[in-house]
Amino acid sequence: MSSPASDQPEVRTPEASTAEGADRLGVEQPDAPPSLESEVAQVVAPDRDIEVAVGDNLVEIRDLTVTFGGLTALDHVTFDIRRGEILGLIGPNGAGKTTCFNAMTGVYKPSDGTVELEGNSLGGRKKHAITRLGLARTFQNIRLFGQMTALENVVVGLDARHKTSVPGAVFRTPRLRREEKSSIEHGMALLEFVGIVDKSDVLARNLPYGYQRRLEIARALATEPKLLCLDEPAAGFNPAEKDELMQLIRTIRDDGYTILLIEHDMRLVMGVTDRIVVLEFGKKIAEGTPQEIREDPKVIAAYLGEESDDGAA
Amino acid sequence: MTSPIEDAAATQSHLDEQSERPKRGPFDGLARRWDHLERWQQWGVLALVAALVYLLPVLNPPLITSEPSNDFPITCANMAIYALAALGLNAVVGQAGLLDLGYIGFFAVGAYVTALWTSTDSTFVKIPYLWTLPLAMIVTVFFGIILGLPTLRLRGDYLAIVTLGFGEIIRLLATIIPALRGQVGFQNVGAPPGTKSDGNPVFANSSGTPWYWLTVTIIILLMVLLGNIERSRAGRAWIAIREDEDAAEIMGVPTFKFKLWAFAIGAALGGLSGALFGGLNGFVNNQKFDVQTSMLFLAAVVLGGAGNKFGAVIGGALVAYLPLRFTGLAEYKFLIFGVILVVLMIFRPQGLFGARNHLLTYASRARRWLGEKTSGSGATAVPATEESSS
Ligand SMILES: Nc1ncnc2c1ncn2[C@@H]1O[C@H](COP(=O)(O)OP(=O)(O)O)[C@@H](O)[C@H]1O
Ligand SMILES: [Mg+2]
Repeated sequence: MSSPASDQPEVRTPEASTAEGADRLGVEQPDAPPSLESEVAQVVAPDRDIEVAVGDNLVEIRDLTVTFGGLTALDHVTFDIRRGEILGLIGPNGAGKTTCFNAMTGVYKPSDGTVELEGNSLGGRKKHAITRLGLARTFQNIRLFGQMTALENVVVGLDARHKTSVPGAVFRTPRLRREEKSSIEHGMALLEFVGIVDKSDVLARNLPYGYQRRLEIARALATEPKLLCLDEPAAGFNPAEKDELMQLIRTIRDDGYTILLIEHDMRLVMGVTDRIVVLEFGKKIAEGTPQEIREDPKVIAAYLGEESDDGAA
Repeated sequence: MTSPIEDAAATQSHLDEQSERPKRGPFDGLARRWDHLERWQQWGVLALVAALVYLLPVLNPPLITSEPSNDFPITCANMAIYALAALGLNAVVGQAGLLDLGYIGFFAVGAYVTALWTSTDSTFVKIPYLWTLPLAMIVTVFFGIILGLPTLRLRGDYLAIVTLGFGEIIRLLATIIPALRGQVGFQNVGAPPGTKSDGNPVFANSSGTPWYWLTVTIIILLMVLLGNIERSRAGRAWIAIREDEDAAEIMGVPTFKFKLWAFAIGAALGGLSGALFGGLNGFVNNQKFDVQTSMLFLAAVVLGGAGNKFGAVIGGALVAYLPLRFTGLAEYKFLIFGVILVVLMIFRPQGLFGARNHLLTYASRARRWLGEKTSGSGATAVPATEESSS
């Protein structure tokens, strides 16, 4: 077992949160209080170069089209996601929001159009390669690894940045030890950040619903995304829980992440997003600030026509 | 300060604990107690168990022994070889969740490699028996990759069908290709070197004990190495793939690569056990590599608890032991194992030893830290959102 001193070199930036992470598992300063102010950016990637040039395009989506048999679920949709913003993607049920995520993350092959992340085309890439380029997502219908603990779920996300494969594991190379140790530190810090660290040792399938939603966010953050796509992260929450979650999302953005947020609840989206794209029947019908969207007659019409089943959600 | 989420969490976890309770099986208490032991205590217990395991053929315990119908040391050697095969299949089926119905194919390839390079009936260059063990692994890994490259892109049922076909193809090739000698087979397959004081070889086909000890040693070594893999990115990737392959890939897991690794590791252990099987019997022909034996291996993994390597080893040993011990029932072994599996699936779907894998190297330290934290400051689960709202 390596001494705490020999572990030091791997903590590249002696930021508060990482130093503290090391201290959790080692024996140094055993009674330092756990920090509640851990900045997620430091937690996830202490050495990450946070791009602060807010405003230039991080993702460019052009003419994105997805068809299922005869059904055009996404019809030549074009929009940009700017660095550092929270972009809302809204629309009635079945408008194609989730399909848009799926086309971006490589789950569906678009029949037309392109998605570029920082100038790199995502078309034709493997799903895991897209994740490593910096695009992470959560699922509308939660898809955690049920037989793994909360911490292990997050570590699977962290593994996206790890390199050790089977030979390294068999011989327990120094790199493996380093990666494993940092996995636990960063994983725990991430769980703490989303507020579920007290259940880190519980199997994901046994976690309460609200915790599962938060764990999905932690797992996606663990992959060090440039763009974090959240698919109805507050679905099934009561208003108070929704507000809490929106605060969390804002904190994530404030730490330098760009967020694409699907949300059904108009009120919520208005409060948290910088800009909004509205889909209806697979087409983009509006794009603008929340203020502009609120007053857009097409959007009002789309949502009025759908008002009836809004309460059921 | 308790948020609605936390309240709900408290009630929910309470409910979960209750709903978990009735599912407890005979070995769960054992598994839990095991988890609470310190590392050195675990090693101590393991050393004791290992000593007993090594002494098994020498002790030849009454009631357990398969004599007089079957020589007990030979039974033990067969148990160990099946356990090794089940250990390999467990990596494929239990860990990565890939349904491989043609595992016997790798076992057969391993046996034939040994036969071809050591038997007096073979026209090949002869090499020492022990060299054929790594050689068998290399050849089966090659076969595994050839089979895996196209098929691991398939999902579920398709993979099962293609692997089933592979097992049959290997058996048919052994029948058709003249150099493989069909049912006539290969006599005088080699054995490890060494002679006893009376001039007889240590690894004679009639003495099971040395073969048993050799195989058990290999199993222990491999269990340590497989444990290392489990508690690494690769092991976590396997479980993630088993749980939800698409989600795993979207979380950055190179799924194809790790499925191929699982397949290659499984193939290597299958080949190794086949090579030991060939050596123990001293004879290899095309008769023992049928689909039914593939199913027996699979039954061993499921019986022991898919995903648990100790369970797989016990399952493999049991599957070999029962027909040799209860020879009167040997004819009905498929019926009996079938019934056992059905009953097991109803009452204990996770298998006899369905204990959970630990997927993090420093998991125990993490747990300890967690325990200190929750019992200490009590400042848990405060979402970082609190202070940013001001
Ligand atoms: N895998 C699929 N196969 C067929 N149709 C699909 C599939 N996924 C989505 N659709 C259809 O595409 C449309 C858009 O769905 P979706 O993107 O899930 O909407 P939402 O905006 O509610 O997320 C719906 O009509 C849905 O039925
Ligand atoms: Mg949707």
